[in-house]
Amino acid sequence: MTQLLLFNAINGLIIGAFYVLMALGLSLILNLSGVINFAHGGFLVLGGYLAYALTPYVGFWGALLIAPLLTAGVGFVVERLMVRRVYGRDPLYGLLLTFGLAFILEDGTRSIWGAQGLPVSIPAVLARPLSSDFFFITGYRLFMVGTVAAAVFLLFALLRYTRVGIRIRAGTLDLDTVSALGINVRGLRSLNFAAGIFLAGLSGVLAGGQLGLEPTMGTGLLMPGFVAIIVGGVGSLPGTLLGGLLIGLASGVTAVFFPSASEAVIYILMAVVLMVRPHGLLGEEGLLT
Amino acid sequence: MKKPIASGKIGRRTVLKGAAAAAVLQLTGPFVIRARGETPVRIGMVDPLTGVYAAPARNEVIGARLAVAELNAKGGILGRPIELLVEDSANDVGTGVQKARKLIDRDRVTFLIGDVNSAIAQAIAQVASEKRVLHIVSGGHTDTITGTDCKWNVYRVCNTTRMESNSVAPLLYKQYGKRWYFITPDYAYGHTLQEGFAIDAKKLGASILGDELAPLGTSDYSAYLIKARAASPQVLIVLPQGQDMVNCLKQIVQFGINKAIPVAGAQQELESLEALPPEARIGTWMFEWYWKQPGVPFVSEFVAAIRKRNGGKVPTARHWFGYTSVYSMALVANREKSLDAVKLARALSGFELPPEVKLQPNRVYYRAGDHQLMTSAFVGRAVARGIDDPEDLFQVLEVVPGDKTAPPVSETGCKVRWPA
Amino acid sequence: MNSRAGAARQAGTALLWAALLLAPYWLPWVGGYTALGARVLVLGLAAMSLNFLLGFTGVVSFGHAAYFGLGAYGAGLTLKLLAHSTPLALFFGTLAGGIAGALLGALIVHLRGVYFAMVTIAFGQVFYYIAFRWNSLTGGDDGLRGFARQPLHFAGYAIDILNNGHAFYYFVLVCFAVTVGVMALILRSPLGRTMLAIRENERRARFLGIPVERHIWVAFTLSCFFTSLAGALYAMVNNFADPMGLHWSLSGDLVIMAVMGGMRSFWGPLVGAAVFVVVQDFLSSITTNWMSFVGLLIVLVVLFFPRGLLGLAQRRGEA
Repeated sequence: MTQLLLFNAINGLIIGAFYVLMALGLSLILNLSGVINFAHGGFLVLGGYLAYALTPYVGFWGALLIAPLLTAGVGFVVERLMVRRVYGRDPLYGLLLTFGLAFILEDGTRSIWGAQGLPVSIPAVLARPLSSDFFFITGYRLFMVGTVAAAVFLLFALLRYTRVGIRIRAGTLDLDTVSALGINVRGLRSLNFAAGIFLAGLSGVLAGGQLGLEPTMGTGLLMPGFVAIIVGGVGSLPGTLLGGLLIGLASGVTAVFFPSASEAVIYILMAVVLMVRPHGLLGEEGLLT
Repeated sequence: MKKPIASGKIGRRTVLKGAAAAAVLQLTGPFVIRARGETPVRIGMVDPLTGVYAAPARNEVIGARLAVAELNAKGGILGRPIELLVEDSANDVGTGVQKARKLIDRDRVTFLIGDVNSAIAQAIAQVASEKRVLHIVSGGHTDTITGTDCKWNVYRVCNTTRMESNSVAPLLYKQYGKRWYFITPDYAYGHTLQEGFAIDAKKLGASILGDELAPLGTSDYSAYLIKARAASPQVLIVLPQGQDMVNCLKQIVQFGINKAIPVAGAQQELESLEALPPEARIGTWMFEWYWKQPGVPFVSEFVAAIRKRNGGKVPTARHWFGYTSVYSMALVANREKSLDAVKLARALSGFELPPEVKLQPNRVYYRAGDHQLMTSAFVGRAVARGIDDPEDLFQVLEVVPGDKTAPPVSETGCKVRWPA
Repeated sequence: MNSRAGAARQAGTALLWAALLLAPYWLPWVGGYTALGARVLVLGLAAMSLNFLLGFTGVVSFGHAAYFGLGAYGAGLTLKLLAHSTPLALFFGTLAGGIAGALLGALIVHLRGVYFAMVTIAFGQVFYYIAFRWNSLTGGDDGLRGFARQPLHFAGYAIDILNNGHAFYYFVLVCFAVTVGVMALILRSPLGRTMLAIRENERRARFLGIPVERHIWVAFTLSCFFTSLAGALYAMVNNFADPMGLHWSLSGDLVIMAVMGGMRSFWGPLVGAAVFVVVQDFLSSITTNWMSFVGLLIVLVVLFFPRGLLGLAQRRGEA
């Protein structure tokens, strides 16, 4: 029993790491642009499909980098053409706009690549477990956690030490002042949106290795991402990190004791957190209220 | 996927014309019967063309369209052309019911086909029986459709879950042994399928070590697989379908579980095997229909005809479901020289499919007691890479006739009540 | 508001009622069918109920499908297990969603904006998973079956709303009319005025001594009651209840209907529901790519008609 619990706890953290990647992208966009991006799952799927299409030419490792970049490019264009028009309006509009975009993205991937799932192979090095006891820790899953860790580290370093990053953080706290200081807020937001979509694309490439690649793949992955943000607290990237790991752990552990609640548990967790701390675990008052 | 749209457009225009004509006819009253001789016979089809079942649903439509084209070339139904009206249920019951009403109330279809999703299939069966329209369930597997909820006007082409488990269970026992562990999708299909295996296990003397109920739409099976492996069964029986099956098998292979424990299951589909990378195409399963049947008449013609409409790809069981559904309706109507739903429903009881439609070696017929098609199970093994054809991903070991796999009518709980 | 605009509005309302009353007769002539009319009414009622909160109190709930679905399951379970009575089913269905709304609303009224929207989604998803996994009661993913709406009995007369599509449409229309009548009365009452005050400026309302939280709770609860009545009717439309009626995507659809028609106008959500349902019904018959068109429609409305169709018409009228 203890072994089972330990296994599921570790396993939950691995899943949580994936949620983190998903949620960080959402969080970046929400923080600076105030948009709840319902199209995130759609961009995730797009990333996965682009990687599938690119792999024959650039290999798995090439696709891992290029596919998210291309997805980010699509995101950049979408932001320029549409999303930026809802900035400053009721958050409802951003939410609806991306809801509509999600429809278009799902239908678009289905029209291009077909309704049937596509076979994704991963490099043989990664496709096996590390030890026979911890068989559920495969090279691929470890690689996934590593990628997430690297992405998180890179993102936090960028936000802390580069000029753009500092501006993004400042913008999250007080966009008007940042704008008054003569900083190109429009450009900053475009860049930030593209960065968020890059993370969505990266999640898609990674998910494609473990899950079947098909046009509705993103729908089920979107909600845990939101929950991670809310649990951690809107406006706080460390909060998102914590939230993602926490809900992964919660659903992993629940799977041992009460499997039929393993999905609902993350929503219950979120409701409880918000009841006790209305702004999430690490959230700050005043942001996006 | 552009083809169905184009032909759909033509269908639409004819629909509007037909609707206008129908409206005029209603005003003219007594001449209705005579004038209808010139209008096409309409078959309505409700299937989830978008959402998670989009791939099998679209394949059913392609199969149905082929049947309509072939039949129209041979004179249609009672000398009238057949028109197939396809509606997307969007994998949502409310939408599906709405579309069924639209087809029956507005478009005045004579027959109804659908749906891949069992919930929608049952909901539209309710509408169809309320409106007295002959309905063939092409691809929804839940037992109750031809069991406790069977209806006089509803027939089914695809297997029941009991037929699926009965076809494969003896082989599992013989090949792997008696300690079984299940990964079961947590909804009616999974439950009844596992119950079927439980009954078989009792008969064979196998024991069920445990089961993991995974919700429909599970993306990560690791928690379930951890528990399954801890039980160290002799065979791991994987029952989820479609995308869930793909996710589960991929993870089983990556965890290396299949090296220690053989993997098997009941229903497997070409759609799922093609969505898996070669290394994950493993296990012992049953196909509801398979395209490679050397020596069985008319199969290769069917395969060639589907390839032309399917971007060069071979037919799956789903193509055959759609094809057979349309043919069943047309054949029975032409034999009875009638479009009356009650008369045709009675005539379908015991109706046997001819070789050019059944496309399999055994006898295939609709059983009178529960309206279930007695169709064969193709039991065999998944193959990583096709040798002659990249889509030959299944090695058939045995073709078990439907009346061997189906439980007796008395066990299905079906009592057909005919209208007075 | 000048008298001409007022007269135009009255004429518009009269026209709307005339169109609803005669729908079974004119729908077939434009390629529609009576069941489509019933669906528009039910989803329109749900969207108007949501808008009672969204447009008139300014609180964004993105989880109203929860109460819609609870209404549907409540009605279905009543018909299946308790009594073969349509009015009782409506009553218990409405009660199920309404009470859930009242209880949950009390827990969350202190939240605002994104947080409120997200918590409402969370509650909705919890109900979704309960219906999805509690197979023995709800039928799980296969849905709740085995019930049907029952004929109505009035002083010796029986009205067969089960088999007669027109009769059922008028039954839905009567329920609709009574509910929106109640809604309109509330909006004209002091409570309704206070809701508007909160929408326009929450802080000022608070300074005026208005107990904002309590009013939001009342508005939320009422909105949930109305929505679950719509859900109960939806179960009657389909003779079926399924988990998708609780899913967040339906919540999204309801919000879209409200915004598309015009959040600030009383009838806007009904118009939005009509457009949304009819467009989807029409497009999905002619192309498998209907999702792109519906998505595009949503995007266009958000970008170019944020006040919705009726909002646009109203502004023209006022100018």
